[in-house]
Amino acid sequence: MRAIAPQPLLDLANVSKMFGGVSALSDVSIRIPEGRIVGVIGPNGAGKTTLFNVVTGAFRASSGAVTFADEPITHWPSYRIARAGIARTFQNIRLFASMTVFEHLLVAQPHQGAGIRRFLPARRADPEAWRRAEEALAFFGLAAYRDRIAASLPYGIQRKVEMARALTARPRLLLLDEPVAGMNHDEAAELRTLLRQLQDRGLTILSIEHDMAFVMTLCEMLYVLDFGVLIAEGSPAEIRSNPVVIDAYLGSEA
Amino acid sequence: MSTYYAGLFADVGILLLGALSVYVILATGQLSLGNAGFMGIGAYLASYLTVTLQWPLTAALVAAALACGAIGIIVGFPALRLRGIYLAMATLGFGEMVRSFFLNFEPMGGSGGFHGMTHVSLGTIWLWAGGVLLAVLVLERSRLWLELRAVHDDETAAGLVGLDTTLTKVGAFGFGAAIAAIAGGLFAHHHVYIEPANFGFERSIEFVLAVILGGSTVGPGALVGAMLIVMLPEWLRVVADWRLAAFGAFLILVLLTRRQGILDRPLLARLAFRRSAA
Ligand SMILES: Nc1ncnc2c1ncn2[C@@H]1O[C@H](COP(=O)(O)OP(=O)(O)OP(=O)(O)O)[C@@H](O)[C@H]1O
Ligand SMILES: [Mg+2]
Repeated sequence: MRAIAPQPLLDLANVSKMFGGVSALSDVSIRIPEGRIVGVIGPNGAGKTTLFNVVTGAFRASSGAVTFADEPITHWPSYRIARAGIARTFQNIRLFASMTVFEHLLVAQPHQGAGIRRFLPARRADPEAWRRAEEALAFFGLAAYRDRIAASLPYGIQRKVEMARALTARPRLLLLDEPVAGMNHDEAAELRTLLRQLQDRGLTILSIEHDMAFVMTLCEMLYVLDFGVLIAEGSPAEIRSNPVVIDAYLGSEA
Repeated sequence: MSTYYAGLFADVGILLLGALSVYVILATGQLSLGNAGFMGIGAYLASYLTVTLQWPLTAALVAAALACGAIGIIVGFPALRLRGIYLAMATLGFGEMVRSFFLNFEPMGGSGGFHGMTHVSLGTIWLWAGGVLLAVLVLERSRLWLELRAVHDDETAAGLVGLDTTLTKVGAFGFGAAIAAIAGGLFAHHHVYIEPANFGFERSIEFVLAVILGGSTVGPGALVGAMLIVMLPEWLRVVADWRLAAFGAFLILVLLTRRQGILDRPLLARLAFRRSAA
């Protein structure tokens, strides 16, 4: 049976997160429809990264409920949430210090069943994962760095590795935490093209971004956070002309 | 081979197992200073099985390994809540707890120790030590080991790419404890007499030292470390009373110049390349 208004892929209902006395998120409700590219903006310390940490299970919400693909994931451990189809990149790149680029792409495709095969070498344990890792390597133009320790590569390459690691897991929802930070205009344009391609393939994307030009041209819908409170939501055009947002955030940039 | 060298090689084999028991736990980023505790449990349990119940040694070692593996898993759960030096201290406490338990456990001789085991041959010790080393080396090439490394490198990120970090860390504790139990069982049947003092924290430290010295990021490091720790003080006999000081100086020198220990992945890769080129 199909509902008339389809359930959003990700649904946060009245989510709050407290750190001691500090309220990093208060009563935030967000609905991300499947197949959309949605942005989260807001000043420093607004709670954007905290929002991602709550969704991915890195932090436990103090109250409220998170639903993903009709599953109540609020109290799930992060590995289960990842396997359910949520992948992310980090504001400060987090790679595995001892691993090559290729190993990153392999390890991010965790085995679902058949535990005993894990004792085999990675290639024999899951030839499919091996093939997908090779594919991702080519797709992201990382073939030349295949067997290099990822953390020793230039910053821009590390970003690509992070993105490739997130995508080889074949998520349904991709969370990006300031993906264009430190990128020049061309690189940002290239990323925008990539994200649109991914959207065409059915991926849903939620992206935190400070770069207004990027956000306004990429996202179909925006949420604005300020001091942990959701102060606005709407299309880029609506957000740009929203006096509350201009006051809290956009104004400060001008 | 002289009995003198036979004794030394037996020590190397047993220390290799102890070092491997630390290594597999360390591979998930957890430092255990309590593995002599697992070794002690394995030693007493295996001895009880062979002496009192007349089991064959192999069955006794397997049973001790399984029992200790289960205990390791139980210890692994509270260990999840601790990191770094706090975990090190807590596991040290566990080891001392085990030691004082056997000190007061009269059915196994208490402070007087326990004896009656039949002497195990050097070949049997190395069959076990070599077998476990081989198993670890095979495991190192597995998909599972890649997951262990992810947990070691960045536990949070590992969870976020879908790896069950709890299972990985607790499982490593269980596996490490099982290996330590085998070391203990062989130790007991090599010395044919055990007492609680054999399993004090100095032994736990020795295991860790062997791993750190030999190379804490690759399995063969445990072998190199165990060899050096047993053999070097012997070779240094020429400097007589100064041999332990000389050994200490060597240790400090290695750690200052190679924090990852003598062997690491790049070095092994270079050695393998040389071999295939030659
Ligand atoms: N682990 C933590 N422990 C305590 N306080 C935290 C923690 N993580 C975040 N905070 C606090 O929560 C608030 C929101 O932080 P968050 O990192 O989510 O902001 P942000 O919107 O991502 O900011 P930025 O744009 O600078 O990345 C801040 O006041 C921050 O200090
Ligand atoms: Mg942030």
